[in-house]
Amino acid sequence: MQHGKARFVTGFLALPVALYVFYVVWPYAQAAGYSLTNWGGYSDTQEFVGLANYVRMFGDELIRTAFWHNVFFLVTLPLFTIALALFLAFLLNVGGRGDRAGVRGVRGSGVYKVIFFFPQVLSLVLVAIMWGAIYRGDSQGLLNGILIRIGLVDAEQPLKFVSDPTPFLGVPAVLWWLLLIAVWGGVGFYMVLFSAAMQSIPKDIFEAAMLDGASRVTSFLRITLPLLRDSISVAWVYLGFIALDMYALVFVMTPNQGGPDHASEVFASVINFTAFNKGQFGYACAIGVALAIFTLLLAAVQLRITRRERIEF
Amino acid sequence: MSTVTNPPTSAASPPPPPSKTAGGRRTARARPPRRAGAVSDSFFNGFSHLFLLIWGAMVVLPLLWVVMSSFKDDAQIIREPLSLIPDQLHWENFARAWVDGGIGDFFVNTILIVGGGVFLTMLLGSMAAYVLARYEFPGNRVIYYMFLSGLTLPVFMAAVPLYKGVYNTGVFIPLLGPNSHVMLILVYVAWSLAFTVFFMHSFFKTLPSTVAEAAMVDGASHSTLFFRVMLPMSKPGLISIGIFNVIGQWNQWYLPYLLMQPSGGEAKNQVIAQGLIDLSVNQGYKSDWSGLFAGVTMAMLPVLLVYIVFQRQVQSGLTGSVSK
Repeated sequence: MQHGKARFVTGFLALPVALYVFYVVWPYAQAAGYSLTNWGGYSDTQEFVGLANYVRMFGDELIRTAFWHNVFFLVTLPLFTIALALFLAFLLNVGGRGDRAGVRGVRGSGVYKVIFFFPQVLSLVLVAIMWGAIYRGDSQGLLNGILIRIGLVDAEQPLKFVSDPTPFLGVPAVLWWLLLIAVWGGVGFYMVLFSAAMQSIPKDIFEAAMLDGASRVTSFLRITLPLLRDSISVAWVYLGFIALDMYALVFVMTPNQGGPDHASEVFASVINFTAFNKGQFGYACAIGVALAIFTLLLAAVQLRITRRERIEF
Repeated sequence: MSTVTNPPTSAASPPPPPSKTAGGRRTARARPPRRAGAVSDSFFNGFSHLFLLIWGAMVVLPLLWVVMSSFKDDAQIIREPLSLIPDQLHWENFARAWVDGGIGDFFVNTILIVGGGVFLTMLLGSMAAYVLARYEFPGNRVIYYMFLSGLTLPVFMAAVPLYKGVYNTGVFIPLLGPNSHVMLILVYVAWSLAFTVFFMHSFFKTLPSTVAEAAMVDGASHSTLFFRVMLPMSKPGLISIGIFNVIGQWNQWYLPYLLMQPSGGEAKNQVIAQGLIDLSVNQGYKSDWSGLFAGVTMAMLPVLLVYIVFQRQVQSGLTGSVSK
């Protein structure tokens, strides 16, 4: 078993590790380095400026805007997606008729699962382009067309959707419209995830509860939900990552990739804007590092909050 | 629907448990028979179906609308934007998007890049995962955690240096410079490795070591053992992660957007996502909506097809990897 082991291990690892280090690890490390300089990106001159870039971030109006927008998604996206996914998974798994074998899922639940999952396999760019057509700001858009037809919207003043910066509940309307797409796209996946978790709960627990006279709503709230805790916390962390991104939607759908008038700016769009439009690579790297730190902190906090004794069955 | 005839009685009072085994256990039936239960049951069932149908329609209708609009001409799109039925099947939309919109070339580029990318990702990813999972050597943990760390960091943090690195490399080796297929394949592989290694690592861990030992006794070398025994044995895992990589790399847009910016104005090496972004951003000037819809349809259908054929593997692969 030992013969030629060292050579084999090195041979098998050399290429993957080299590629990974060159295209992934090294850029990350460099980003950390550049973030301490005033490098412009297109010139060779760069000076070490210490933490000046990080200090500058606190006074930057654009960063503050992007930060609050990301926080908005951070709160709303997991909340809406998880609630809706749980509700649908609940209907799917216990919505069927009850009989002597206990409550069961609705007929055709497999088909629903396949269909609900569709948005997950489509690229965000495709989704964004498609919703761009749905959200068109004139009467030819799908949504405006429907709303005008049923009389909710005046044909002379169609909704502006992603180019509408007017605040709704304190947040620019464009963010709500983007949120709707993100929820639409995410629900199917988390529904399947929760569904799988629900099915791995042993049936006899539910049977026992049924014999004790528990309704399905009670058994959902008292049994299913607590046992899904692990899946929900994982979903929360993942949706947190997605909420910190949101760039594809902003990039393809909003005017000027962050507009109108910076109303839909997020961290990632600010990085791109700062690096490639303003030519401030060092500062852009600092924003990137801040985003990474923020992401990791968030994941740690979320896992910490939701951690609990694992239930084995 | 046989359910209409019999359930009210059977659901209201559950039939006695098989009497020969549970003769004395009457407590099981102590539950009060609830007639109302049957009514609320079928009400609930109907409600579930209604709600699930509504969500299903919300998912399918937009997709269907795009596909159907791709067969309309621009006049019909403007006249009746809501209709799902084209006057006439305007196949020329597809021809126009394919040729004039450049989707054809982008399609071929995407297939080449994703083909090469997925093949290399699978090969290198499983090699690394195998060694990390089944061999002990100094630095094993370090390398494993190095791969893992790539799962959490946002790509945007690395964007600027990655861009710079690729441009600098291109000065010496044009093949690895911007706007080259080979470069993009290698970047895709590198960025897919984290998840592939993570996934295959746990898969190789579960393979029985007795088989490996038997093969070694028979005189197999380490690499024969891997290619002839271990790789075939991990086929289910390879299929799951393979499909995942196909879908992921086909849908990739940020890395190509960053690294495939044509220098001399020519865009012939771009991938399909970029082509569609261009089409959609140029809408303001050309307003070729039917062509855009046709392009989106052509980009969408292959992925949906792969998904529908392999939906079981996709769902279990994705949900399994998330909940791990």
